[in-house]
Amino acid sequence: MAKTHVTMKVNGAEVEGIVEPRTLLVHFIRENLQMTGTHIGCDTTHCGACTVDLNGMSVKSCTVFAVQAEGAEIMTIEGMANADGTLSALQEGFRMMHGLQCGFCTPGMIVRSHRLLQENPNPTEEEIRFGISGNLCRCTGYQNIVKAIQYAAAKINGVEFQEAAE
Amino acid sequence: MIPGPFSYHRPASIADAVKLLSTLDEARPLAGGHSLIPMMKLRLSTPEHLIDLHGIDALKGVRRDGDKLIIGAMTTQHDLLESDDIARSMPILHETSLLIADPQVRYMGTIGGNVANGDPGNDMPALMMVLGASYRLQGSGGTRQVAASDFYQGAYFTALEPGELLTEIAIPVPPTGHGYAYQKLKRKIGDYATAAAAVILTMKSGKVATCRISLTNLSETALLAEDAAKAVIGTGLDDAALKKSAAAAQTIMSPAGDGRGPPEYRQHVGGIMVMRALTSAAARAK
Repeated sequence: MAKTHVTMKVNGAEVEGIVEPRTLLVHFIRENLQMTGTHIGCDTTHCGACTVDLNGMSVKSCTVFAVQAEGAEIMTIEGMANADGTLSALQEGFRMMHGLQCGFCTPGMIVRSHRLLQENPNPTEEEIRFGISGNLCRCTGYQNIVKAIQYAAAKINGVEFQEAAE
Repeated sequence: MIPGPFSYHRPASIADAVKLLSTLDEARPLAGGHSLIPMMKLRLSTPEHLIDLHGIDALKGVRRDGDKLIIGAMTTQHDLLESDDIARSMPILHETSLLIADPQVRYMGTIGGNVANGDPGNDMPALMMVLGASYRLQGSGGTRQVAASDFYQGAYFTALEPGELLTEIAIPVPPTGHGYAYQKLKRKIGDYATAAAAVILTMKSGKVATCRISLTNLSETALLAEDAAKAVIGTGLDDAALKKSAAAAQTIMSPAGDGRGPPEYRQHVGGIMVMRALTSAAARAK
Protein backbone atom coordinates (compact mmCIF):
# COMPACT_ATOMS: atom_id res chain seq x y z
CA MET A 1 0.00 0.00 0.00
CA ALA A 2 1.19 3.49 -0.79
CA LYS A 3 2.74 5.29 2.12
CA THR A 4 1.53 8.69 3.15
CA HIS A 5 3.37 11.75 4.38
CA VAL A 6 1.94 13.07 7.65
CA THR A 7 2.70 16.23 9.57
CA MET A 8 1.41 17.17 12.99
CA LYS A 9 2.39 19.21 16.00
CA VAL A 10 3.43 17.11 18.99
CA ASN A 11 4.06 18.92 22.29
CA GLY A 12 4.47 22.15 20.37
CA ALA A 13 7.01 20.87 17.84
CA GLU A 14 6.27 20.25 14.16
CA VAL A 15 6.92 16.61 13.29
CA GLU A 16 6.52 14.60 10.13
CA GLY A 17 6.84 11.05 8.96
CA ILE A 18 6.08 8.58 6.20
CA VAL A 19 3.54 6.00 7.31
CA GLU A 20 1.31 3.29 5.94
CA PRO A 21 -2.37 4.23 6.35
CA ARG A 22 -2.75 1.34 8.80
CA THR A 23 -0.10 2.73 11.17
CA LEU A 24 -1.76 3.49 14.48
CA LEU A 25 -1.11 6.85 16.07
CA VAL A 26 0.41 5.20 19.14
CA HIS A 27 2.95 3.36 16.97
CA PHE A 28 3.80 6.55 15.11
CA ILE A 29 4.42 8.33 18.42
CA ARG A 30 6.40 5.51 20.02
CA GLU A 31 8.32 4.17 17.01
CA ASN A 32 8.68 7.00 14.49
CA LEU A 33 8.99 9.79 17.04
CA GLN A 34 10.73 7.60 19.64
CA MET A 35 8.56 9.07 22.38
CA THR A 36 7.82 6.06 24.53
CA GLY A 37 6.06 7.79 27.42
CA THR A 38 2.72 6.90 25.80
CA HIS A 39 2.13 3.27 26.73
CA ILE A 40 0.35 0.42 25.00
CA GLY A 41 -1.61 -1.52 27.59
CA CYS A 42 -4.52 -3.58 26.30
CA ASP A 43 -4.35 -2.57 22.61
CA THR A 44 -8.16 -2.97 22.57
CA THR A 45 -9.47 0.53 23.46
CA HIS A 46 -10.20 -0.40 27.06
CA CYS A 47 -7.35 0.58 29.34
CA GLY A 48 -6.49 4.17 28.40
CA ALA A 49 -2.70 3.79 28.89
CA CYS A 50 -2.22 5.11 25.34
CA THR A 51 -4.32 8.25 25.93
CA VAL A 52 -3.02 11.38 24.24
CA ASP A 53 -4.59 14.81 23.81
CA LEU A 54 -5.58 15.35 20.16
CA ASN A 55 -7.01 18.74 19.20
CA GLY A 56 -8.34 19.21 22.72
CA MET A 57 -9.82 15.73 23.07
CA SER A 58 -8.53 12.81 25.12
CA VAL A 59 -8.23 9.90 22.70
CA LYS A 60 -6.91 6.36 22.88
CA SER A 61 -4.09 6.49 20.37
CA CYS A 62 -4.25 2.73 19.77
CA THR A 63 -7.62 3.32 18.07
CA VAL A 64 -6.74 6.23 15.78
CA PHE A 65 -4.68 5.98 12.60
CA ALA A 66 -1.71 8.31 12.29
CA VAL A 67 -3.12 9.57 8.96
CA GLN A 68 -6.21 10.77 10.82
CA ALA A 69 -4.02 13.07 12.90
CA GLU A 70 -2.72 14.94 9.83
CA GLY A 71 -2.42 18.61 10.84
CA ALA A 72 -3.46 17.88 14.43
CA GLU A 73 -2.10 19.30 17.67
CA ILE A 74 -1.13 16.50 20.00
CA MET A 75 0.09 16.48 23.55
CA THR A 76 1.66 13.44 25.20
CA ILE A 77 3.05 12.92 28.69
CA GLU A 78 6.38 14.27 27.40
CA GLY A 79 4.67 17.64 26.98
CA MET A 80 3.16 17.82 30.45
CA ALA A 81 5.98 19.38 32.48
CA ASN A 82 6.15 23.15 32.94
CA ALA A 83 8.22 25.11 30.41
CA ASP A 84 11.09 25.42 32.92
CA GLY A 85 11.21 21.65 33.38
CA THR A 86 9.56 21.59 36.80
CA LEU A 87 6.65 19.24 37.41
CA SER A 88 3.19 20.43 36.43
CA ALA A 89 0.50 20.56 39.10
CA LEU A 90 -0.80 17.17 38.01
CA GLN A 91 2.62 15.54 37.98
CA GLU A 92 3.34 17.01 41.39
CA GLY A 93 -0.03 15.74 42.63
CA PHE A 94 0.73 12.19 41.50
CA ARG A 95 4.10 12.40 43.26
CA MET A 96 2.87 13.94 46.48
CA MET A 97 -0.28 11.84 46.83
CA HIS A 98 1.44 8.59 45.78
CA GLY A 99 -0.88 8.35 42.75
CA LEU A 100 1.15 5.58 41.16
CA GLN A 101 2.69 2.28 42.08
CA CYS A 102 3.97 0.46 39.00
CA GLY A 103 3.43 3.61 36.92
CA PHE A 104 2.25 1.91 33.74
CA CYS A 105 -1.11 3.70 33.61
CA THR A 106 0.30 7.02 34.82
CA PRO A 107 1.02 8.75 31.47
CA GLY A 108 -2.53 8.07 30.28
CA MET A 109 -3.96 9.07 33.66
CA ILE A 110 -2.12 12.39 33.67
CA VAL A 111 -2.89 13.27 30.05
CA ARG A 112 -6.56 12.43 30.58
CA SER A 113 -6.71 14.33 33.88
CA HIS A 114 -5.19 17.35 32.14
CA ARG A 115 -8.13 17.53 29.73
CA LEU A 116 -10.60 16.83 32.55
CA LEU A 117 -9.29 19.82 34.53
CA GLN A 118 -9.32 22.00 31.41
CA GLU A 119 -13.02 21.23 30.98
CA ASN A 120 -13.93 21.21 34.66
CA PRO A 121 -11.34 23.05 36.79
CA ASN A 122 -13.03 22.21 40.07
CA PRO A 123 -14.41 18.67 39.83
CA THR A 124 -16.08 16.77 42.64
CA GLU A 125 -14.69 13.39 43.61
CA GLU A 126 -17.51 11.74 41.67
CA GLU A 127 -16.77 13.85 38.58
CA ILE A 128 -13.10 12.87 38.79
CA ARG A 129 -13.96 9.18 39.03
CA PHE A 130 -16.37 9.46 36.09
CA GLY A 131 -13.86 11.57 34.15
CA ILE A 132 -11.10 8.96 34.41
CA SER A 133 -13.40 6.00 33.85
CA GLY A 134 -11.67 5.27 30.55
CA ASN A 135 -8.34 4.69 32.30
CA LEU A 136 -7.62 1.48 34.17
CA CYS A 137 -5.18 1.16 37.06
CA ARG A 138 -4.47 -2.28 38.47
CA CYS A 139 -2.35 -1.15 41.45
CA THR A 140 -3.73 1.77 43.36
CA GLY A 141 -7.44 1.10 43.65
CA TYR A 142 -7.74 4.69 42.35
CA GLN A 143 -7.88 6.27 45.82
CA ASN A 144 -4.57 8.07 45.50
CA ILE A 145 -5.11 8.88 41.84
CA VAL A 146 -8.29 10.73 42.79
CA LYS A 147 -6.37 12.54 45.55
CA ALA A 148 -3.60 13.43 43.09
CA ILE A 149 -6.12 15.06 40.75
CA GLN A 150 -7.77 16.87 43.68
CA TYR A 151 -4.32 18.10 44.73
CA ALA A 152 -3.65 19.40 41.22
CA ALA A 153 -7.06 21.09 40.96
CA ALA A 154 -6.46 22.83 44.30
CA LYS A 155 -3.01 23.98 43.23
CA ILE A 156 -4.24 25.26 39.86
CA ASN A 157 -7.10 27.10 41.60
CA GLY A 158 -4.68 28.58 44.14
CA VAL A 159 -6.32 27.03 47.19
CA GLU A 160 -4.81 24.81 49.85
CA PHE A 161 -5.39 21.09 49.29
CA GLN A 162 -7.36 19.54 52.11
CA GLU A 163 -7.18 15.76 52.09
CA ALA A 164 -10.60 14.30 52.86
CA ALA A 165 -10.82 12.39 56.14
CA GLU A 166 -10.85 8.64 55.60
CA MET B 1 -2.23 -5.88 16.79
CA ILE B 2 -1.91 -4.26 13.37
CA PRO B 3 -4.83 -3.95 10.94
CA GLY B 4 -4.52 -5.32 7.42
CA PRO B 5 -3.41 -2.91 4.70
CA PHE B 6 -5.90 -0.51 3.13
CA SER B 7 -5.99 2.66 1.07
CA TYR B 8 -7.06 5.81 2.90
CA HIS B 9 -9.40 8.40 1.43
CA ARG B 10 -10.56 11.64 3.01
CA PRO B 11 -13.32 13.18 0.88
CA ALA B 12 -14.52 16.73 1.61
CA SER B 13 -18.16 16.28 0.57
CA ILE B 14 -20.96 13.76 1.01
CA ALA B 15 -21.20 13.38 -2.78
CA ASP B 16 -17.50 12.47 -3.01
CA ALA B 17 -17.82 10.00 -0.13
CA VAL B 18 -20.81 8.29 -1.74
CA LYS B 19 -18.99 8.16 -5.06
CA LEU B 20 -15.97 6.48 -3.45
CA LEU B 21 -18.16 4.07 -1.49
CA SER B 22 -20.14 3.04 -4.54
CA THR B 23 -17.22 2.71 -6.98
CA LEU B 24 -14.45 1.14 -4.88
CA ASP B 25 -14.46 -2.55 -3.95
CA GLU B 26 -14.47 -3.49 -0.28
CA ALA B 27 -14.77 0.13 0.83
CA ARG B 28 -16.06 1.11 4.27
CA PRO B 29 -16.80 4.49 5.77
CA LEU B 30 -14.70 5.44 8.81
CA ALA B 31 -16.67 7.46 11.36
CA GLY B 32 -15.39 7.44 14.97
CA GLY B 33 -13.70 4.13 14.23
CA HIS B 34 -14.10 2.80 17.75
CA SER B 35 -16.01 -0.26 16.58
CA LEU B 36 -14.34 -0.64 13.19
CA ILE B 37 -10.66 -0.16 14.10
CA PRO B 38 -10.71 -2.78 16.90
CA MET B 39 -12.35 -5.21 14.43
CA MET B 40 -9.66 -4.40 11.86
CA LYS B 41 -6.93 -5.00 14.45
CA LEU B 42 -8.40 -8.45 15.06
CA ARG B 43 -8.55 -8.92 11.25
CA LEU B 44 -12.25 -9.61 11.58
CA SER B 45 -12.75 -6.69 9.23
CA THR B 46 -10.37 -6.22 6.28
CA PRO B 47 -11.61 -3.38 4.09
CA GLU B 48 -9.44 -2.47 1.11
CA HIS B 49 -10.45 1.17 1.24
CA LEU B 50 -11.34 3.35 4.22
CA ILE B 51 -13.37 6.46 3.48
CA ASP B 52 -12.69 8.79 6.41
CA LEU B 53 -15.71 11.04 6.95
CA HIS B 54 -13.97 13.49 9.30
CA GLY B 55 -13.29 15.96 6.49
CA ILE B 56 -17.00 16.48 5.72
CA ASP B 57 -18.34 19.43 7.71
CA ALA B 58 -21.88 18.87 6.41
CA LEU B 59 -22.09 15.67 8.48
CA LYS B 60 -21.52 17.41 11.81
CA GLY B 61 -23.77 19.21 14.23
CA VAL B 62 -27.24 19.46 15.72
CA ARG B 63 -29.91 21.76 14.25
CA ARG B 64 -33.62 22.39 14.59
CA ASP B 65 -36.00 21.86 11.71
CA GLY B 66 -39.54 22.69 12.86
CA ASP B 67 -40.54 20.08 15.43
CA LYS B 68 -37.53 17.89 14.71
CA LEU B 69 -33.90 17.84 15.70
CA ILE B 70 -31.58 16.95 12.84
CA ILE B 71 -28.30 15.39 13.96
CA GLY B 72 -25.44 14.95 11.51
CA ALA B 73 -24.05 11.42 11.40
CA MET B 74 -20.54 12.52 12.44
CA THR B 75 -21.77 14.26 15.59
CA THR B 76 -19.92 12.61 18.49
CA GLN B 77 -21.37 11.47 21.81
CA HIS B 78 -19.27 14.25 23.34
CA ASP B 79 -20.94 16.80 21.01
CA LEU B 80 -24.37 15.43 22.01
CA LEU B 81 -23.50 15.97 25.67
CA GLU B 82 -22.43 19.56 24.90
CA SER B 83 -25.71 20.40 23.13
CA ASP B 84 -28.08 22.51 25.26
CA ASP B 85 -30.89 21.87 22.79
CA ILE B 86 -30.59 18.11 23.34
CA ALA B 87 -30.30 18.44 27.12
CA ARG B 88 -33.45 20.60 27.15
CA SER B 89 -35.72 19.06 24.56
CA MET B 90 -34.52 15.43 24.44
CA PRO B 91 -32.91 14.70 27.79
CA ILE B 92 -33.06 10.92 27.25
CA LEU B 93 -30.41 11.37 24.55
CA HIS B 94 -28.18 13.22 27.01
CA GLU B 95 -28.73 10.61 29.71
CA THR B 96 -27.93 7.76 27.33
CA SER B 97 -24.83 9.41 25.86
CA LEU B 98 -23.36 9.47 29.36
CA LEU B 99 -23.84 5.70 29.59
CA ILE B 100 -21.93 4.95 26.38
CA ALA B 101 -18.36 3.70 26.80
CA ASP B 102 -15.96 6.15 28.49
CA PRO B 103 -14.84 9.77 28.00
CA GLN B 104 -12.13 9.00 25.45
CA VAL B 105 -14.47 6.90 23.34
CA ARG B 106 -17.21 9.56 23.53
CA TYR B 107 -14.88 12.17 22.00
CA MET B 108 -14.54 9.93 18.94
CA GLY B 109 -17.67 7.77 18.80
CA THR B 110 -20.39 9.18 16.53
CA ILE B 111 -24.16 8.84 16.61
CA GLY B 112 -24.12 7.83 12.93
CA GLY B 113 -21.66 5.03 13.53
CA ASN B 114 -23.52 3.91 16.61
CA VAL B 115 -26.84 3.55 14.77
CA ALA B 116 -25.52 2.37 11.38
CA ASN B 117 -23.23 -0.42 12.56
CA GLY B 118 -26.14 -2.67 13.51
CA ASP B 119 -24.42 -3.89 16.67
CA PRO B 120 -27.17 -5.14 19.01
CA GLY B 121 -25.07 -3.96 21.97
CA ASN B 122 -25.11 -0.32 20.87
CA ASP B 123 -27.44 1.93 22.87
CA MET B 124 -28.55 4.46 20.26
CA PRO B 125 -30.65 2.16 18.03
CA ALA B 126 -33.17 1.53 20.83
CA LEU B 127 -33.15 5.25 21.62
CA MET B 128 -33.92 6.09 18.00
CA MET B 129 -36.79 3.58 18.01
CA VAL B 130 -38.30 4.94 21.20
CA LEU B 131 -38.03 8.51 19.88
CA GLY B 132 -39.50 7.60 16.47
CA ALA B 133 -36.38 8.77 14.59
CA SER B 134 -35.60 8.21 10.94
CA TYR B 135 -32.32 7.98 9.06
CA ARG B 136 -31.39 9.72 5.82
CA LEU B 137 -29.49 7.35 3.54
CA GLN B 138 -27.65 8.69 0.53
CA GLY B 139 -26.44 6.53 -2.33
CA SER B 140 -25.42 7.06 -5.92
CA GLY B 141 -29.08 6.77 -6.93
CA GLY B 142 -30.35 9.45 -4.55
CA THR B 143 -31.53 9.72 -0.97
CA ARG B 144 -34.19 7.95 1.05
CA GLN B 145 -35.52 8.24 4.57
CA VAL B 146 -35.87 5.02 6.61
CA ALA B 147 -37.54 4.79 10.02
CA ALA B 148 -35.25 3.46 12.76
CA SER B 149 -37.91 0.84 13.51
CA ASP B 150 -37.58 -0.50 9.91
CA PHE B 151 -33.78 -0.22 9.67
CA TYR B 152 -32.49 -3.20 11.64
CA GLN B 153 -32.68 -6.68 10.09
CA GLY B 154 -30.30 -8.73 12.24
CA ALA B 155 -27.01 -8.43 14.08
CA TYR B 156 -24.87 -6.18 11.84
CA PHE B 157 -27.49 -6.39 9.06
CA THR B 158 -29.38 -3.20 8.26
CA ALA B 159 -31.34 -1.58 5.46
CA LEU B 160 -28.16 0.17 4.26
CA GLU B 161 -27.37 -0.93 0.70
CA PRO B 162 -23.77 -1.24 -0.49
CA GLY B 163 -22.53 2.22 -1.44
CA GLU B 164 -25.07 4.01 0.75
CA LEU B 165 -24.10 6.36 3.56
CA LEU B 166 -26.21 7.28 6.58
CA THR B 167 -25.87 11.08 6.57
CA GLU B 168 -28.24 12.39 9.21
CA ILE B 169 -30.86 11.46 11.77
CA ALA B 170 -34.19 13.24 12.16
CA ILE B 171 -35.77 12.98 15.60
CA PRO B 172 -39.21 14.38 16.44
CA VAL B 173 -38.97 16.43 19.64
CA PRO B 174 -41.04 14.69 22.34
CA PRO B 175 -43.90 16.71 23.89
CA THR B 176 -43.08 19.19 26.66
CA GLY B 177 -43.41 17.58 30.07
CA HIS B 178 -42.82 14.04 28.81
CA GLY B 179 -41.20 11.50 31.11
CA TYR B 180 -38.14 9.60 29.97
CA ALA B 181 -35.62 7.07 31.20
CA TYR B 182 -32.91 4.80 29.88
CA GLN B 183 -32.16 2.04 32.37
CA LYS B 184 -29.01 0.13 31.48
CA LEU B 185 -27.65 -2.75 33.51
CA LYS B 186 -23.94 -3.25 32.87
CA ARG B 187 -21.14 -5.09 34.59
CA LYS B 188 -18.86 -2.08 34.74
CA ILE B 189 -18.62 1.44 33.37
CA GLY B 190 -18.04 1.40 29.63
CA ASP B 191 -19.59 -2.01 29.11
CA TYR B 192 -22.33 -2.91 26.68
CA ALA B 193 -25.71 -3.52 28.27
CA THR B 194 -26.48 -6.82 29.94
CA ALA B 195 -30.01 -5.55 29.38
CA ALA B 196 -31.41 -2.06 28.87
CA ALA B 197 -34.79 -0.43 28.36
CA ALA B 198 -35.76 3.02 27.09
CA VAL B 199 -39.10 4.65 27.92
CA ILE B 200 -40.76 7.85 26.70
CA LEU B 201 -44.23 8.54 28.12
CA THR B 202 -46.72 11.27 28.88
CA MET B 203 -49.01 11.30 31.93
CA LYS B 204 -52.48 12.81 32.30
CA SER B 205 -54.20 13.00 35.71
CA GLY B 206 -51.86 10.37 37.15
CA LYS B 207 -52.44 7.89 34.32
CA VAL B 208 -50.18 6.99 31.41
CA ALA B 209 -51.51 8.75 28.30
CA THR B 210 -48.90 7.70 25.72
CA CYS B 211 -45.93 5.37 26.03
CA ARG B 212 -43.17 3.90 23.91
CA ILE B 213 -40.69 1.29 25.15
CA SER B 214 -37.60 -0.11 23.44
CA LEU B 215 -34.94 -2.63 24.40
CA THR B 216 -31.15 -2.90 23.93
CA ASN B 217 -29.06 -6.08 23.62
CA LEU B 218 -31.95 -8.41 24.29
CA SER B 219 -32.22 -9.74 20.75
CA GLU B 220 -30.30 -9.64 17.46
CA THR B 221 -31.44 -6.05 17.07
CA ALA B 222 -32.87 -3.34 19.28
CA LEU B 223 -36.60 -3.90 19.70
CA LEU B 224 -39.65 -1.71 19.98
CA ALA B 225 -41.80 -3.31 22.70
CA GLU B 226 -45.26 -2.27 21.51
CA ASP B 227 -47.35 -4.68 23.58
CA ALA B 228 -45.38 -3.77 26.70
CA ALA B 229 -46.20 -0.11 26.06
CA LYS B 230 -49.89 -0.84 25.45
CA ALA B 231 -50.04 -2.69 28.77
CA VAL B 232 -49.47 0.50 30.77
CA ILE B 233 -51.68 2.94 28.83
CA GLY B 234 -54.46 4.23 31.09
CA THR B 235 -52.89 2.78 34.24
CA GLY B 236 -51.28 4.56 37.16
CA LEU B 237 -48.28 2.21 36.84
CA ASP B 238 -49.30 0.09 39.81
CA ASP B 239 -47.41 -3.15 40.46
CA ALA B 240 -49.76 -5.23 38.34
CA ALA B 241 -49.38 -2.92 35.33
CA LEU B 242 -45.59 -2.86 35.66
CA LYS B 243 -45.43 -6.65 35.85
CA LYS B 244 -47.76 -7.05 32.90
CA SER B 245 -45.62 -4.69 30.84
CA ALA B 246 -42.39 -6.46 31.80
CA ALA B 247 -43.92 -9.85 30.93
CA ALA B 248 -45.05 -8.53 27.53
CA ALA B 249 -41.55 -7.20 26.86
CA GLN B 250 -40.00 -10.50 27.91
CA THR B 251 -42.00 -12.42 25.31
CA ILE B 252 -40.15 -10.63 22.48
CA MET B 253 -36.67 -10.90 24.04
CA SER B 254 -34.27 -13.55 22.76
CA PRO B 255 -30.91 -12.57 24.25
CA ALA B 256 -27.72 -14.46 23.52
CA GLY B 257 -25.79 -16.04 26.35
CA ASP B 258 -22.36 -14.50 26.81
CA GLY B 259 -20.06 -13.17 29.52
CA ARG B 260 -22.91 -10.95 30.64
CA GLY B 261 -24.96 -13.97 31.65
CA PRO B 262 -27.12 -16.78 30.27
CA PRO B 263 -30.26 -15.91 28.26
CA GLU B 264 -32.62 -16.63 31.18
CA TYR B 265 -30.81 -14.15 33.41
CA ARG B 266 -30.70 -11.44 30.77
CA GLN B 267 -34.39 -11.89 30.03
CA HIS B 268 -35.13 -11.68 33.76
CA VAL B 269 -33.16 -8.47 34.28
CA GLY B 270 -34.56 -7.14 30.99
CA GLY B 271 -38.00 -7.20 32.60
CA ILE B 272 -36.64 -5.38 35.62
CA MET B 273 -35.09 -2.70 33.40
CA VAL B 274 -38.50 -2.15 31.77
CA MET B 275 -40.18 -1.71 35.18
CA ARG B 276 -37.48 0.63 36.47
CA ALA B 277 -37.52 2.72 33.31
CA LEU B 278 -41.31 3.05 33.46
CA THR B 279 -41.24 4.09 37.12
CA SER B 280 -38.40 6.54 36.60
CA ALA B 281 -40.00 8.05 33.47
CA ALA B 282 -43.34 8.53 35.24
CA ALA B 283 -41.63 10.29 38.16
CA ARG B 284 -40.04 12.74 35.71
CA ALA B 285 -43.23 13.44 33.72
CA LYS B 286 -44.95 16.74 34.38
